[in-house]
Amino acid sequence: MSAGLTVQNLQKRYASQIVLQDITFTVQPGEIQALLGASGCGKSTTLAIIAGLEEADGGDILWDGVSLKNTAPHLRRFGLMFQDLALFPHLNVYENIAFGLRYQNLTPQQIKERVAQVIELVNLSGMEKRDVNALSGGEQQRVALARALAPQPRLLMLDEPLASLDRTLKERLIVELKEILRQTHQTVIYVTHDQEEAFMIADQIVLMNQGKIEQIDTPHQIYTQPKTPYVAKFLGMNNLFEGEIQVLGGQSWLLFPFGKIPYATKIRGKVVALIRPQAAVFGDSNGLKISGKILKRFFRGDHCQMEIETTAGSLTFQFPSQLDLPKEGAAVQLTIHPNAIQVFPYP
Amino acid sequence: MDERRSPLNRTAFGSRILQGGSIILWMLPLFFLLLFYFYPLGKISLLAFLQSQQTAGTPILEAIRSNYFLRVIGFTFGQALLSTILTLAAGLPAAYIFARYQFRGKTFLRSLTGIPFVLPTLVVAAAFNALLGTRGWLNIFLMSALGLTHPVFSLTNSLGAILIAHVFYNLTIVIRLVGDYWSRLDSRLPQVARVLGATSWQAFWKVTFPLLRPAFLAAALLVMIFDFTSFGVILVLGGPRFATLEVEIYYQATGLLNMPMAMALSLIQLCCTLAMTILYSRLSARVAQPLNLKPALQNQRKILHPHERMVAFLIITALIAFQVLPLFGLMLRSITHAGLERGQTISTIPSLSLAYYRELFINRRASLFYIPPSRAIVVSLSYALTTVILSILLGLPAAWLLSQHQRSRRMIHKVARFVEPILMLPLGTSAVTMGLGLLVAFDRPPLDLRASPILVPLAHTLVAFPFVVRSLLPAWRSIRPQLHRAAAVLGANNLQTILRVDLPLIGRAVAVAAVFAFSISLGEFGATALLARPEFPTIPIAIYRYLSQPGEMNYGQALALSVILMLVTAFGMIAIERLRVGEIGEF
Repeated sequence: MSAGLTVQNLQKRYASQIVLQDITFTVQPGEIQALLGASGCGKSTTLAIIAGLEEADGGDILWDGVSLKNTAPHLRRFGLMFQDLALFPHLNVYENIAFGLRYQNLTPQQIKERVAQVIELVNLSGMEKRDVNALSGGEQQRVALARALAPQPRLLMLDEPLASLDRTLKERLIVELKEILRQTHQTVIYVTHDQEEAFMIADQIVLMNQGKIEQIDTPHQIYTQPKTPYVAKFLGMNNLFEGEIQVLGGQSWLLFPFGKIPYATKIRGKVVALIRPQAAVFGDSNGLKISGKILKRFFRGDHCQMEIETTAGSLTFQFPSQLDLPKEGAAVQLTIHPNAIQVFPYP
Repeated sequence: MDERRSPLNRTAFGSRILQGGSIILWMLPLFFLLLFYFYPLGKISLLAFLQSQQTAGTPILEAIRSNYFLRVIGFTFGQALLSTILTLAAGLPAAYIFARYQFRGKTFLRSLTGIPFVLPTLVVAAAFNALLGTRGWLNIFLMSALGLTHPVFSLTNSLGAILIAHVFYNLTIVIRLVGDYWSRLDSRLPQVARVLGATSWQAFWKVTFPLLRPAFLAAALLVMIFDFTSFGVILVLGGPRFATLEVEIYYQATGLLNMPMAMALSLIQLCCTLAMTILYSRLSARVAQPLNLKPALQNQRKILHPHERMVAFLIITALIAFQVLPLFGLMLRSITHAGLERGQTISTIPSLSLAYYRELFINRRASLFYIPPSRAIVVSLSYALTTVILSILLGLPAAWLLSQHQRSRRMIHKVARFVEPILMLPLGTSAVTMGLGLLVAFDRPPLDLRASPILVPLAHTLVAFPFVVRSLLPAWRSIRPQLHRAAAVLGANNLQTILRVDLPLIGRAVAVAAVFAFSISLGEFGATALLARPEFPTIPIAIYRYLSQPGEMNYGQALALSVILMLVTAFGMIAIERLRVGEIGEF
């Protein structure tokens, strides 16, 4: 019996369209788990099913090993925060936050204390009587978070909580949010389409695509060892090429548009090869040599992104900005370290 | 948020144009009411007071001192309150189904529920009689099933009949006003409440219901005032034991020719409805929330789960049964020859026949005054179209003016608050009184309109006007100030903002208002009875003519014409609803 949340083989379809297929993952107590994926991949449906707001066609949701199939949403003791917050427009800040506490057997004094506690936690002191409709975006965000945290949910689900905010506010709030969630040892599912958000906040990421799970791993593993071409592509790694692994003389070789290199792997046959965007250095060095022309050049702050046209196809690489980099149109010679090439079985 | 000033469109020049334009706009409906409502009412009261011969003291004092009239006032309030509570209770589940789900035949069902509202009171009364009366279908069925010779029960001449007919009549107000508002209420708010620990019942009472309150009160008020001034239903279904103020006014004016007393009672009725309207404005100002209304489609989904299916099935079935059975009974009765001519007893096996319909087109008496029903249909339709145009043209600026008092603290705010009850006043005035007023007021040059066919649509516009304004107002109010600022930044002036932002946004409400105006005009009877020229009868007038003549054949012809009115009305409503979806979509 596992502690925390277990999502088991969830299936869901609307009419003939499959929305979720075999969704299985666990969330340990105190862990922040991100559900990451493009819009329409089934993240929000998964949340709605966990919350009990929608029914799955198959599979089960368990808490501490106990099925929640017949537990109504209000008895699951989960918290949920929506992207556009869904604050109750007819209630003020205090009443919004106190809403869930009124359904626990608390005395008015206890409710007051708990609200004060949460208000302090999210840094909203002094705003109890304010109209929620008159708050700024960041303040509304805090009220929604406080409302979700107040009843001390066993599991807090955040559905794109920062998606509607601007970048600077988002980055500030995500730091604050993580701090608050850590302080309260909250078990969290954090739904987002933004990989940076997921990387910053999550202990573990469930990456979804079209109703299926592509990979479950820590942010570091997901980034350094994407399991499928989709994951690589989703993370912005676009240098993907079809190739083949052949065994010649007891050694395995990767054959792909850029040549033939020795490549140690157990995979055989048709593959997809990824050249990581940070893999290239200018000039002649040890590794796979590629020559081409710089097609486009984008300054991205800490790095510079270059699109390089070669006879075998175009490649995108990132170089540290402090380097003295060639201009657009320049012919260049690149070397790619074989360790920065990764192969996937052909999907 | 609503009180924030925009620095962008508040330049001195802009605001002067805004004020200039708006003054002309809201003067239009005020001027209309002044000329065609206040002036006639003033004149009729003046005449009534001057020509008072029957009474020694003031008629008002006499009315208030009389136990009889006090009982009438009490009963009027009581039955209206009961009817309203029943209508809301019955309408809420239906509004919920319409607001939250998509299902096949929804548009059709919606149109169906609108039909009772537009039927002339006499037709509704006849329909319930045909279903539940001593010679109604239920009794015919029970008598033949149990082998009885006497009717099993009679629901006519009772408070129950009045209440059922009122609910039947006004259910669509709740479904439309509450349902439309509900459909645009963020469906995730109750979900949040559920996750926070509220049961679905608690989520409804703590979140959904408070947010619905403006629409709920609007619907309650409309239904209440409608029931309060109900006339035909009480007269026909209630029988002599039950007199409301409206019925009493009618008795006093036509039966006893006691105009001063009729006027005094009208005044009392007016005060009551005015009080209700003021109470409503106060309440609605307090409960109005700047909601982030959403397109309905975002909040609606198909009926998926078995228990939802079951609940929806029960509600829809009950709704259809309640709204359609009486109409179906009426239709069936109109093609059923029951063999009741010349005092015969009821035949247990009625036969189907189209005799009543055929008879409509036969002029047995070779009378020159015979007007074919086809003429009545054409007249009714042209009156209804005129009413729609007039009331929308007047209703739009009026509703806009009223929506302003949430937006700014300026002079217009005070004007709006002062004007709102005035604009709503025709709602509480009986149609008979308004008809009489128009007739008395425009009887000599420069405005001698007695012979003009415009008088009827004018009266219809007066009757429809408050409904139109009420339908348009929530939409004007839902337009967020940000949109105006966005339009201003994009270079639109005030007129362009209204044309390109506000009007498309309230298009749906305009369609709803048009349906109301159209339906009210088609079914209006009280004022029309006084104003219609003999050569231009409307359908209800024609029905009334047949009903007031004795005999099964005339009764049957009245039912046949009622069915025709029903079909014409239904056709119009469906056409308008189709137009609404095609033109502006859901939002």
